[in-house]
Amino acid sequence: MDIHEYQAKEILAKFGVTVPAGALAYSPEQAAYRARELGGDRWIVKAQVHAGGRGKAGGVKLCASESEIHEASEAMFGQKIVTHQTGPEGKGIYRVYVEQAVDFSREIYLGFVLDRSSQRVMIVASGEGGMEIEEISATRPDSIVRSSIEPAVGLQEFQAREIAFKLGIPAALTQQMVRTLQGCYRAFRDLDATMVEINPLVVTADNRILALDAKMTFDTNALFRHPQIAELRDKSQEDPREARAADRGLAYIGLSGNIGCIVNGAGLAMATMDTIKLAGGEPANFLDIGGGATPERVAKAFRLVMSDKNVQAVLVNIFAGINRCDWVAEGVVQALKAEPVDVPVIVRLSGTNVEEGQKILAQSGLPIIRANTLMEAAERAVIAWKNDRKHLMRAV
Amino acid sequence: MSIFLDRSSRVVVQGITGRMAQFHTKEMLDYGTNVVAGVVPGKGGETVMGIPVFNTMKEAVAATSCDTSLVFVPPPFAADSIMEAADGGIRYCVCITDGIPAQDMIRVKRYMLRYPRERRMVLTGPNCAGTISPGKALLGIMPGHIYLQGHVGIVSRSGTLGYEAAQQLKDRGIGVSTSVGIGGDPINGSSFRDILERFEADPDTHVVCMIGEIGGPQEAEAAEYIQNHMTKPVIAYIAGLTAPKGRTMGHAGAIISAFGESASEKVEILTAAGVTVAENPSVIGETVAKVMAKRAA
Repeated sequence: MDIHEYQAKEILAKFGVTVPAGALAYSPEQAAYRARELGGDRWIVKAQVHAGGRGKAGGVKLCASESEIHEASEAMFGQKIVTHQTGPEGKGIYRVYVEQAVDFSREIYLGFVLDRSSQRVMIVASGEGGMEIEEISATRPDSIVRSSIEPAVGLQEFQAREIAFKLGIPAALTQQMVRTLQGCYRAFRDLDATMVEINPLVVTADNRILALDAKMTFDTNALFRHPQIAELRDKSQEDPREARAADRGLAYIGLSGNIGCIVNGAGLAMATMDTIKLAGGEPANFLDIGGGATPERVAKAFRLVMSDKNVQAVLVNIFAGINRCDWVAEGVVQALKAEPVDVPVIVRLSGTNVEEGQKILAQSGLPIIRANTLMEAAERAVIAWKNDRKHLMRAV
Repeated sequence: MSIFLDRSSRVVVQGITGRMAQFHTKEMLDYGTNVVAGVVPGKGGETVMGIPVFNTMKEAVAATSCDTSLVFVPPPFAADSIMEAADGGIRYCVCITDGIPAQDMIRVKRYMLRYPRERRMVLTGPNCAGTISPGKALLGIMPGHIYLQGHVGIVSRSGTLGYEAAQQLKDRGIGVSTSVGIGGDPINGSSFRDILERFEADPDTHVVCMIGEIGGPQEAEAAEYIQNHMTKPVIAYIAGLTAPKGRTMGHAGAIISAFGESASEKVEILTAAGVTVAENPSVIGETVAKVMAKRAA
């Protein structure tokens, strides 16, 4: 789960990381007022969206007066910001964060991530701050410093010092850097984060180490023990369909194609999408309805997939193991009788009692297109979507 | 032979009194698995389907000599149960639980290092379908009847995609030595490489079918092992060629993205290591059959 920059800064500040003075605003008037409260003569107005790359997309503005702040934030509120991390539909701006501008001499990239190779938390840092980490690893891979943290004892001071020296932090600031690194790690560990990123972490003109930006992502599996973090969820930053699916226990990700998919299991769901593509089509979504595939889940899944107006065919691919195919077929038939859909439906069942399942589909009186293999199902879905839907449905 | 699990395995089910656990324990018993104990704190002295329940793993091991464990404990408590199994002297543990916090798994992995290698428990999962040695024993939630007994080792991150492979093999009359689900979580007990090492050493396994997907370094690590250490042929399928970058698809996908984590890069790396890659999931069985025919020739 992602949170906003201002929330991440508030959390990190509690763990001893220094951040600039700032305040949140929900309107241009409030933004201007907050700047006056903060004091100073230059401010940064930052759109609060769950995505990186805001600067290039016009979501960060330097302002020298209250009227400039009003103007800059007015231009942001209600707009969608589109960056490489948001997808083409972008993310809405409903909050801005106003901060005192800071003069700095150096920018550093600092990230804490779960490293799947060492199976530990790893620090990734670079003296080339300000750029995205993907950019740094492409253009200046030698500048990246890595250090993995032993979970039993946590981040040791010597490790933090090593990182500080490798990054060329002035010796007088080593202790500040150690405090920053340890604070980030403690926040990561204590709150079950999966990512903490400060980009840039700066050395200011007056020799302080300051987090100018902050991003935190949390492990949704651990939210049960962090209610104060769970409260920070901002549904305005989520795809409404994905959020609705998640609330119903389905894993859904909307894509741009026309063939809707209903599958049990994440791996099989991805394999189904791949096969559709191989057959010349484009999947409209990823959807994992879980191992069970109960009739209720199948019905929910149809509703969800059909809420995407681009969907022109639906491919159902269920491997029924413990739950037999005849039972899954009943579920599909029930769901379609209760709420008929106006696009071709292709069903491929596999596993236990496959023949009985096929028979139930065939005798249902519904225009369900059946397939034996996944490839066959994908090919039929693509034909149904591309060509004469009526013709094909008559053929079965 | 088979790996991890056979007729002599003495199984304890942790969390045996839960609804799911009872259902699958019954399936396992019906399959012929030797389930000898259950562990649920506070329910010691009860029985479930005639199986004695103990409060602690140490008691269960002392009373029943169980050596193999299946964890069905809810996510907030599952890591603790795995560590209890490791401490209790269990040799092989499968954790089915989906949704264990990643940092709990980091602690589990660290905890297991306390034990010298020869006494260290092997963990597969969490968030997996389990392990089956067809005709011998079933430890998990997979439908036992889709597996024929034979000589193909299956290792898969995905549950249903692993079933898909087993069913396609069965349709061709091809059997399985052992099928192992390693699970879809970013921090898991055993990697592809760990399982491949076992299959390489198992005389009953003649070829290996490996089912991977987008995200994580484990397929690339497996490729390195296959190229340098494996004599048995490996067939692979990798799901997720069309998955958009930077999104996690149910299974926690790419967390650090590095070369070798996209599906197409994995296919490339595995092919270069001499692995036969099935280009779509419908031809996994067919591809295994071809490789086996070539091996026999």
